[in-house]
Amino acid sequence: MDLITEKIKKTSLSTKQDRFGKAISISALILIAAIVVLIFGFVITRGMATFTSDKVSVSEFLFGTHWNPSVVNKATGKPDVGALPLITGSLAVTFLAAIIATPFAIGTAVFMTEIAEKRGAKIMQPVIELLVGIPSVVYGVIGLTVVVPAVRSVFGGTGLGILSGTVVLFVMILPTVTSMTVDTLKGVPRHYRESALAIGATRWQMIYKVVLRAATPGILTAIVFGMARAFGEALAVQMVIGNAANMPDSLVSPAATLTSVLTMGIGNTVMGSLQNNVLWSLAMILLLMSLLFNILIRFIGNKGAMK
Amino acid sequence: MNAKTADKVATGVIYAIAASVALVLVAMLAFILARGLPHLSWHFLTGAARSFEAGGGIGVQLFNSFYLLILAMLISFPIALGAAMYLNEYAKPSLFISIIRTAIEVMSSLPSVVVGLFSFLIFVVKFHFGFSILSGAIALTIFNLPILTRSIETSLSQIPNLQREAGAALGLSRFETVIHIILPAAVPSIVTGVVISAGRVFGEAAALIYTAGQSAPTLDFGDWNPFNLASPLSPFRPAETLAVHIWKINSEGIMPDLSAVSAGASAVLIIVVLLFNFSARRLGTLLYKKLTNS
Repeated sequence: MDLITEKIKKTSLSTKQDRFGKAISISALILIAAIVVLIFGFVITRGMATFTSDKVSVSEFLFGTHWNPSVVNKATGKPDVGALPLITGSLAVTFLAAIIATPFAIGTAVFMTEIAEKRGAKIMQPVIELLVGIPSVVYGVIGLTVVVPAVRSVFGGTGLGILSGTVVLFVMILPTVTSMTVDTLKGVPRHYRESALAIGATRWQMIYKVVLRAATPGILTAIVFGMARAFGEALAVQMVIGNAANMPDSLVSPAATLTSVLTMGIGNTVMGSLQNNVLWSLAMILLLMSLLFNILIRFIGNKGAMK
Repeated sequence: MNAKTADKVATGVIYAIAASVALVLVAMLAFILARGLPHLSWHFLTGAARSFEAGGGIGVQLFNSFYLLILAMLISFPIALGAAMYLNEYAKPSLFISIIRTAIEVMSSLPSVVVGLFSFLIFVVKFHFGFSILSGAIALTIFNLPILTRSIETSLSQIPNLQREAGAALGLSRFETVIHIILPAAVPSIVTGVVISAGRVFGEAAALIYTAGQSAPTLDFGDWNPFNLASPLSPFRPAETLAVHIWKINSEGIMPDLSAVSAGASAVLIIVVLLFNFSARRLGTLLYKKLTNS
């Protein structure tokens, strides 16, 4: 009798296995979460050093228009660390690329879901997937060998600048925005379309007045997602932007972005120096912007969920 | 303009947009391949890179790319599998789980240059790994984890609950059900996901510039002892990959045949990435047929 009670009360082999599996898989999960926390922790601590140990004021950093951390400015007695030209450069290429990409993405998505479903699936689907797969350095090479000379021959100058960066980023984010828009359009219920057609709307009226309206929150999410990608893209932009940290005064003169300065500079500075700390502050801005884009996506998703 | 004409015009415009997008892809591929293919030769694919004279190859870089890819996959796959398993098989909706999901989402949208900088700070500088394969592999792992986790989770969630109930009815523990029933059923789509993410990892450069480094010391392909620095397998040597090489020579290269090397290397990179993308689905279907005898 005792033997049986003991056997029943003892943890079974299966339970032990289950606990084991649960423990292993949750530790993997916690590891991932810990990495995210570590990334934020370290980058923000290092980024704050500019303001705490080098005593640069936040407004001087965010709104200063001169970026030249390696040289001491004779007038002020300290190096210029105004990041506004870089922030402007990043925002300019991001918004311009998103503005150009949006009509193309919506058009392609509408083609794939509303106009030619069969050909959409057969031709455009692989096209979008292949475009997603092209590595960013290849976009950079194409930008450098095609876009930059083209801009140069039309507008003169070097051809490097915000315009070239915009064109490269536009092609880079196009597939992301398109495929997310396709998913949203597919989520619009069929009876929306049927009701529109039943009351005599043409196909375009149905698309424009019903389908696109119903899908607006999803399309906005797709665009913000594309912008997040554009803002964080480093190498392709760095190759065509010209890397001159001046306040951009035209679309075709060399400029710089947060990412381009980061990729060029981090290897040439000494850990802990002001020159290095300001670069970490740039990384911190990148990180916070990516967080902001995430919050924005969530906000749009919650606000505009289709009911 | 009446509604009918508007409809026709709009349809025409949409056709034109779709066609132009397809055209852009075709033009880009044709451009890269047409410029690069003439430079491909056995010598180019296996030869050592040269900094100052013509005739350099991409042999070491190509090897580094594959080696880093394999290492990164070896590290990230078990972690992603475990995380996806917990999220899909064990997790019940709770605050903890929703926080973790948010963390994974945030992680997947981190700029890869920030991932690279973080790995540089921790592994290259703090842990004294230096510019090395190991630092690079960890950076790629961080870059890859969220994507891979999500793709495996999707694969697992597509297995019908009937299978889990059948396992429970047979008296299997949940862990046994996952290992012996759910995972084998999900293998084809997991493989597809892994190969697709491999394509992304192969082309990644921004996360590697300051982790795996921008130099490719000559390797002794006769020495396969991972503890010798000249050995191709050594995880502590700096390793410039193909993607980093392309970026590097385009921004500061000075060899006379720069455009040829850049074109050839880009063509190789894009061919490998396309191969990954094409084979991903094929491999999945093939495995599915093999495993299910259908």
